[in-house]
Amino acid sequence: MTNILSLESVEKTYDSGFTALHGVDLTLKEGEILALLGPNGAGKTTLISCICGTVMPTGGKITVGGYDALTDFRKARSLVGLVPQEIHLEPFSRVWDTVRYTRGLFGKKRDNAHIERILKELSLWDKRDSRVVELSGGMKRRVLIAKALSHEPRILFLDEPTAGVDVDLRKEMWEVVAKLKASGVSIVLTTHYIEEAEAMADRIGVINGGRLALIEEKDALMSRLGRKSLKIELETPVSEIPEALRSYNLEFADDGYSLVYEYEAGASRTGITRLLSDLRDAGLCMNDLSTRQSSLEEIFVSLVQSQEEARS
Amino acid sequence: MNLTAIRAMYVSEMARFFRTFMQSFLSPVISTSLYFVVFGAAIGSRIDEVEGVSYGSFIVPGLIMLSVMTQGISNASFGIYFPKFTGTIYELLSAPINFLEVVIGFAGAAATKALFIGTVILGTSALFVEMQIQRPLVMVLFLVLTCVSFALFGFIIGIWAKNFEQLQLIPLLVITPLVFLGGSFYSINMLPPIWQTITMFNPVVYLISGFRWSFFGVADVPILTSLLAIGLFQGLCLLAVWWIFKTGWRIRK
Ligand SMILES: Nc1ncnc2c1ncn2[C@@H]1O[C@H](COP(=O)(O)OP(=O)(O)OP(=O)(O)O)[C@@H](O)[C@H]1O
Ligand SMILES: [Mg+2]
Repeated sequence: MTNILSLESVEKTYDSGFTALHGVDLTLKEGEILALLGPNGAGKTTLISCICGTVMPTGGKITVGGYDALTDFRKARSLVGLVPQEIHLEPFSRVWDTVRYTRGLFGKKRDNAHIERILKELSLWDKRDSRVVELSGGMKRRVLIAKALSHEPRILFLDEPTAGVDVDLRKEMWEVVAKLKASGVSIVLTTHYIEEAEAMADRIGVINGGRLALIEEKDALMSRLGRKSLKIELETPVSEIPEALRSYNLEFADDGYSLVYEYEAGASRTGITRLLSDLRDAGLCMNDLSTRQSSLEEIFVSLVQSQEEARS
Repeated sequence: MNLTAIRAMYVSEMARFFRTFMQSFLSPVISTSLYFVVFGAAIGSRIDEVEGVSYGSFIVPGLIMLSVMTQGISNASFGIYFPKFTGTIYELLSAPINFLEVVIGFAGAAATKALFIGTVILGTSALFVEMQIQRPLVMVLFLVLTCVSFALFGFIIGIWAKNFEQLQLIPLLVITPLVFLGGSFYSINMLPPIWQTITMFNPVVYLISGFRWSFFGVADVPILTSLLAIGLFQGLCLLAVWWIFKTGWRIRK
C-alpha cells in the first residue's frame, strides 16, 4: 500500500519563539486510521495545522498523496479535509450554503446529490435550511465534518471530533468514521478519550512536548505494554500471604477476600498455571477468577509520566 | 487559477449583501436625499453656481465618490476581517487556493457592492437635480477604478486589523477627513491660496476632480494628473497585496 501522508522531521517554531514541534516523522498508509493522543499543549493541533496549511511549518517536508504540501499545495490540499478543534462557523450562514461553499473553495463542481448524501449521513438533512446559530454544539460539529467531506477528500483530519459531544452522538461519530474508512478515506484524529482511540484506530501515536513519543499498531501496543491482572476471590479471607506464595507479589483486595496477580499480557510464560497449583497446595479455596487488561489510558498515562520523570 | 473557488467566495460575499438588500439599497437613497436637502437646498440657496454648474449638480460626483470610497473600504475590510474574527479563515488557508484568488473573490465582491451603491446614488441624484454626463466612458472608468482600488485598500486594512477598533481606525482618522477635505462639496478654487496649496497633498482631490470632469468638463487639476493619481494608488495597493501574498503577513501563523 502507498503512503497517503508522509512527514519528515517537521518542525514548528511560533513567532513567539516557542517551539511546538521538534522534528516529527510520520507516515500514514492509504485507508488507515491514526489516533494521536497527548496532553494539552502537546502539539497535536499544531501538527495537523502544518499539514493542512493553516500554520506554516518552519522546517521539514510534508507530502500528501505524493504531492509536496508547500510547492504542490493545490494538489496536496485538494486531497485533504480538515475538521478543526474549535467550532469555526459563520453564525448566520445556512447549513446547506456553508457546506456547498466549502466544496466550491476546493474547486469542485457543484454536486447537490453528494451534499445531500453527506447531510443525511450526518443527520443534518432536517437542518439544511437552518442558520448555524440555531444549531446545538454537537450539530455544529457535524456541520464542520460535513464541510470537510464536501469535496471528497482522500484524507480527513479530525481534531478532537468528539469534544463536548454526548455519548450517543459520540457513538454515532464512531460509526461515521467507520463508514468513511470503509469507503477508503484515511483518517487522522486527535482525542483525549482513550477509549475512542481504542475503538477506532488502527495505529496510535502519542505526542508529548512536541515530539512523537510513540507510534505503533494499536493491537501490538496493547499487548506489548498492556498488563493484565488476575483477581482471585477466596472462600475465606486471609490476613497474610502464605510463605509459598511470596514470590508472586500478590496484593490484597476486598479486605482480604481477594488476591490480585499482575502479569504481562504478551509474555510467553504468565505464571498463572503455577500460581493456581501453588494456591491449592497452600490450602486456599477459590470462589471465582477474573482477569482484566489495562486500558490504553493507563498505558498512556504511565508513558507520559515516565517521560516527564526522565526529563526532570 | 481556481475559478470555481473565486466564484464561491464572490457569490458568498455577495449573498451577505443581498440578505440585507433593502438596507443596502435604502441607506444610500436616504443619505443622498439628506445631502441634497442639507447641502443642495440650504447651502445651495446661498451658492448659486460653482464654475458654471449649479451647486446641486456640482456636489453629485463628490457625493458618489464619498460613498464609493467609504463603502469600498468598509465592505472589503469587514469582508476579510470577519473570517479572521470568527475563525472561519481556516477554510481559506486550507483550501487549494492562493492569496490572489482570495483577493479577487473578496475585494471583487466589495468593489461590486460599492459600484452598486454609486449607481444608486447617481440614480437618486437624478431625481433631485438635472444631471449631465459629458464623458460617460471616462466616468465609468473612474468609478470602477475607484471602487476597485478602495476595495483593495479595505482588504489590506482587514488583513492588518487585529480588532474591531483597528478596523474602524483608518477609515475614521484618515479616509473620512481626506474625502471631506478633498473637494466633495466645494471647488478647490473657493479656498484661500494657502489652503489650496495644502489641499494639493490630498490624493482624494485628484480623484474627485477627475470624476467631476467626466460630468461637467470642469476640474481643479488636469484630468491626466487625476488618472495618474488613481493609477498610482491602485498600483500601491496591488504592490501591498503582492507583498502580503509573498510574506503571509498576518494571515498564516
Ligand atoms: N499561535 C501560537 N503562538 C504561540 N504558541 C502557540 C500558538 N499556538 C499554539 N501554541 C503553543 O504550541 C503548543 C502546542 O499547541 P497545540 O495547540 O498544538 O496543542 P494540542 O496538543 O493541540 O493541545 P490540546 O489538547 O489542548 O488541543 C502549546 O504550548 C501552545 O501554547
Ligand atoms: Mg489541540
